[in-house]
Amino acid sequence: MALIEAIGLTKRFGDTQALNGLNLSVDAGEVLAVLGPNGAGKTTAVRVLTTLVRPDAGTATIDGIDVLADPGRVRSRIGLTGQYAAVDERLTARENLELVGRFFRMPAAQARIRAGELLATFDLDEAADRAVKGFSGGMRRRIDIAMSLVARPQVLFLDEPTTGLDPTSRLVMWDLIHDLVTQGTTTLLTTQYLDEADVLANRISVVDHGRVIAEGTSAELKAKLGGYVATIVFADATVIDGARATLAPLVSAGSSIEVHASTVTLSVTATTTTPQITRLLDGAGSAPLDVRIEPPTLDDVFFALTGHRDES
Amino acid sequence: MTTATSTNTAARATPTTGYDLPHGLVWAARDAWNEAGRHMRVIPRNMDLLIFSTLQPIMFVLLFKYVFGGSISIPGYDYTQYLLPGIFAQTVVFGSSFTAIGLAEDMQKGFVDRLRSLPISQPAILIGRTVSDTMRNTLTFVVMLAVAFLIGFRFDGGLVRGVLATLLLLFFAYSFSWIQALIGVSVGSVEAANSASFVWMFPMTFLSSAFVDTRSMPTALRVIADWNPFTIATNASRALYNGRNPGDTVWQALLWAAGLTIVFSVLATSRFRTRVNR
Repeated sequence: MALIEAIGLTKRFGDTQALNGLNLSVDAGEVLAVLGPNGAGKTTAVRVLTTLVRPDAGTATIDGIDVLADPGRVRSRIGLTGQYAAVDERLTARENLELVGRFFRMPAAQARIRAGELLATFDLDEAADRAVKGFSGGMRRRIDIAMSLVARPQVLFLDEPTTGLDPTSRLVMWDLIHDLVTQGTTTLLTTQYLDEADVLANRISVVDHGRVIAEGTSAELKAKLGGYVATIVFADATVIDGARATLAPLVSAGSSIEVHASTVTLSVTATTTTPQITRLLDGAGSAPLDVRIEPPTLDDVFFALTGHRDES
Repeated sequence: MTTATSTNTAARATPTTGYDLPHGLVWAARDAWNEAGRHMRVIPRNMDLLIFSTLQPIMFVLLFKYVFGGSISIPGYDYTQYLLPGIFAQTVVFGSSFTAIGLAEDMQKGFVDRLRSLPISQPAILIGRTVSDTMRNTLTFVVMLAVAFLIGFRFDGGLVRGVLATLLLLFFAYSFSWIQALIGVSVGSVEAANSASFVWMFPMTFLSSAFVDTRSMPTALRVIADWNPFTIATNASRALYNGRNPGDTVWQALLWAAGLTIVFSVLATSRFRTRVNR
């Protein structure tokens, strides 16, 4: 059974239709990336699933528990790291963690032990007893994620966990999240970064204007949309004219073969393989020097689905 | 992915099976206490704030006593004995604005989202805030009393009445914390909370018996001032501090405080529940 399930979620804020019939489903142990541009409804979806916002219509359950009917029981099962580091800056890192432990009904001693474990895991030992006010952006984000893990939640929500981080902190954060999710924490993360979804998630739901416009594994999404690019390098440019004719049947509909000096590029379908191309060209007497097929980037995928480029 | 990944497996997030946490009144009280503790433990770390929030009333005391004091005369009263209960009342009521500003800040910075996503009693978030602000107010009050004694203020009604008067003012200010809680959860930013929490308290505290006898005011103002619950609370505590007969003012002030607490705690809590920010 799905641990996270959203069916037909709708939410309007004034003139903005934030959610417009959104469906999501995440099985136990799975990591779903909700990928979309700013304003696509990602954060609102997370806020509905974490009991913070009531949808206008639709249902949402966590571990089979209705988010609207039983928010208290849902809250004891989830961990949330929102878009902005929700940390009490006046307190130390350790105090923040212990506070969450206390709120999760842990005895003081247990809360202290758990805080210590997380500080070690998140490499915050040295800063543990300093006020969070002086932390860097990356450290804040780490303590924020640590806070959502205090009670070892069944389901983890990470809303744009790396937005606003510098590239180094972002890589560190990827490692941390990768670590978490490979241990089987069911996770829903939102992101504007296509590479982030590719690296961290098992499955991707592409969201635009409050609804899912495509979903599947990264590979499935890419396959569905074609856009594979074959690059063929010839030793001798004179064979290229002959090769054009040979390659013509492989070219995806609506695209053409491009030639730059002795290099030929063409769009092919996901089922086309490099040996297939090599064999074809060998048979026609125009043997290539090198054949490569590159999958489309998620950027391409997003462009194909939404008709607009992601600006990030 | 290879870099600074920790190898500490003990602390990793091993998913547990779902379980329900205990709840109920006792746990809600504990939640409120933990939340109050979050604010109280930082009071000593922010001495600047405590000092400056005490400086203002001290300035008021000195200004009114030494600048206006000579030209204000209240029949039957020494002006210091008359004025200081008013300053006390104004200070603790002003102190309630911390609730609005602090709540707005927690909402703006997303900390309230964190709290609301935790399995805790939701009203406890507001109760913790109002209780901790009353603790802060109590501290300010102690400092202010010390200064008052230095410039000649005395508990003419005796220690017991003095303490009762102080508790009455703190309770009255506590009820205002709930008005401020409603403001804090309603406005969108700390800046807005800053003015929204203060702007109405100036007319309220000056259009009262805190600094002058209301009988010296024009009729229209006097009617308002006499009706003003702030006047009632001030008169009640002034009578107690000075050992005069408070008449009906004490129970009226208590009734006001209780009424405001009930009405505004209900309003603030329901506003807090329905509050939707993006």
